[in-house]
Amino acid sequence: MARKQNEKIVSLEEFQEKIDRDEKIEPKDSMPEAYRKTLIRQIGQHAHSEVVGMLPEGNWITRAPTLRRKLSLLAKVQDEAGHGLYLYCAAETLGKSRMEMNQELLSGKAKYSSIFNYPTPTWADIGAIGWLVDGAAIMNQIPLCRCSYGPYARAMIRICKEESFHQRQGYEIMLTLARGTKAQKEMAQRALNRWWWPSVMMFGPSDADSPNTENSVKWKIKRYTNDELRQKFVDAIVPQAEKIGLTVPDKDLKWDKKRNNGQGGYAYGEINWDEFWRVVRGDGPMNNERISAKQKAWNEGSWVRAAAHAHALKKQTALQAAE
Amino acid sequence: MKSNMADMVFEGLLRIADDNLILGHRTSEWCGHAPTLEEDLALPNIALDLIGHAQTLYCLACEINSRYKNEDQLAFLRLEHEYKNLLLVEQENGDFGNTVLRLFYFSTFMKYFWERVKIECCFTKLKEFSEKAFLETSYHSRYASQWVVTLGDGTDESNLKMSNAIANLEPFLGELFNNDDFTEMCSQNDFLPEPTSIFDSWKNEVKAILQKGNLDFPDIILKKRGGRKGEHSEAFGYLLSDLQYMQRAYPNSSW
Repeated sequence: MARKQNEKIVSLEEFQEKIDRDEKIEPKDSMPEAYRKTLIRQIGQHAHSEVVGMLPEGNWITRAPTLRRKLSLLAKVQDEAGHGLYLYCAAETLGKSRMEMNQELLSGKAKYSSIFNYPTPTWADIGAIGWLVDGAAIMNQIPLCRCSYGPYARAMIRICKEESFHQRQGYEIMLTLARGTKAQKEMAQRALNRWWWPSVMMFGPSDADSPNTENSVKWKIKRYTNDELRQKFVDAIVPQAEKIGLTVPDKDLKWDKKRNNGQGGYAYGEINWDEFWRVVRGDGPMNNERISAKQKAWNEGSWVRAAAHAHALKKQTALQAAE
Repeated sequence: MKSNMADMVFEGLLRIADDNLILGHRTSEWCGHAPTLEEDLALPNIALDLIGHAQTLYCLACEINSRYKNEDQLAFLRLEHEYKNLLLVEQENGDFGNTVLRLFYFSTFMKYFWERVKIECCFTKLKEFSEKAFLETSYHSRYASQWVVTLGDGTDESNLKMSNAIANLEPFLGELFNNDDFTEMCSQNDFLPEPTSIFDSWKNEVKAILQKGNLDFPDIILKKRGGRKGEHSEAFGYLLSDLQYMQRAYPNSSW
């Protein structure tokens, strides 16, 4: 896609002043190359995460326990496809085509949220994903509604509304299981055990090891650091777990009145960063399966896309001939 | 409602609900595996409508037959021979072309079916529901018809795949239009239209769409049948294993 720019190339200082005045950056505005690249990477990863995220949850659509749950799950997964579409569109405004982003996903060059490289062996995992993974996503995404890049910020407003609905739905699944039979409660606890640490890791490396954070905060792409968001997440989720009688699997979890500038918050145990980096680098439980599933769908669909292309060309030719 | 009328309404609702549930189930299997992201959105959306229709119809059926306490008992806890869906809807998806062609056949049939229910059904609650069902199945039919034309007309390869899909689904179309004693009774009582009464409208529309896609209209004679009597294909047992897994593994639980 050819990139168009408004009147003149602004200097870094002028760009920063615009950001500091809380003015939105729009697609045709001049912007530093690093800003553009950071956003393409971030929005692209976000879009890929929505699309790959359909797989672990889609895994339970045919086996959902009731019609009501089946319908909610279908609606949720469909929302995720919609989020993927908005986000690819937002990234395209920065000059990278969806086709190119898709190829990078399929080749393994582009990343997506590592959380979707974990499996969903039971129904309770659907509850845990909604509650914890969508919960963590909201913590990350609400500040993005105020992100300096206009198309991303606007896409996030709708996405956040839907995500917060998904989170309530997930928590309600867990609540129902926790109040259910012994087997159901055990299923819920095991799912919490599986998803807790990967969810805590969703905020990315700690601030000390996060080289992209400083620029992103300066450019108002990010409003909070990884560790600040992680703290918010832990503080929100721990009381929710207690309320439904489930135990957060962290023996070091305790109230620390010094956290959050003396307002208090939960201190939590050491994060297993080896696991985090292992999964990011491709050695998680489901990395191969997820990408293979997307490659298979893409390859098996190639004749369909080729036919759609050929049909559109024929229609266009017929239309031109008629004129 | 008199008991023989109640039996008729119950059975009639079950047939339509089962068709919708089972096709919804098959359609939902595409989620995350479709040829484009747009189709990854459209197919779950259609599955949502189909299963939503099934849910409403099972609820109506439960109001009539107190043996079943809720819609989930009907959807998840019957034995194989108690499901009354057409063999057409339970067949495996095959490729995307086969999937959209089946959806086109079925939704076009249902569009005309609901249109008739809207006008002549004596069961008020079903008549009311048919307004929404008509609109949604009209959309499904339009969506699927566009793909049938696109794939039929697209490339030599896609045309061949669609011709194969037509041949593959052909044996199951007779059952869609098969009148039996039950459908006659439903029609005589102004409850549901007879399947044969929909045939001409269906044929005209399907033929026109296939023609646009350079595809031949199949012969429609009664070949494979049995679904309405609860006699199903081998593939159906596997579908039920997925569908019923949770309810069977964790009986008497709330979800």
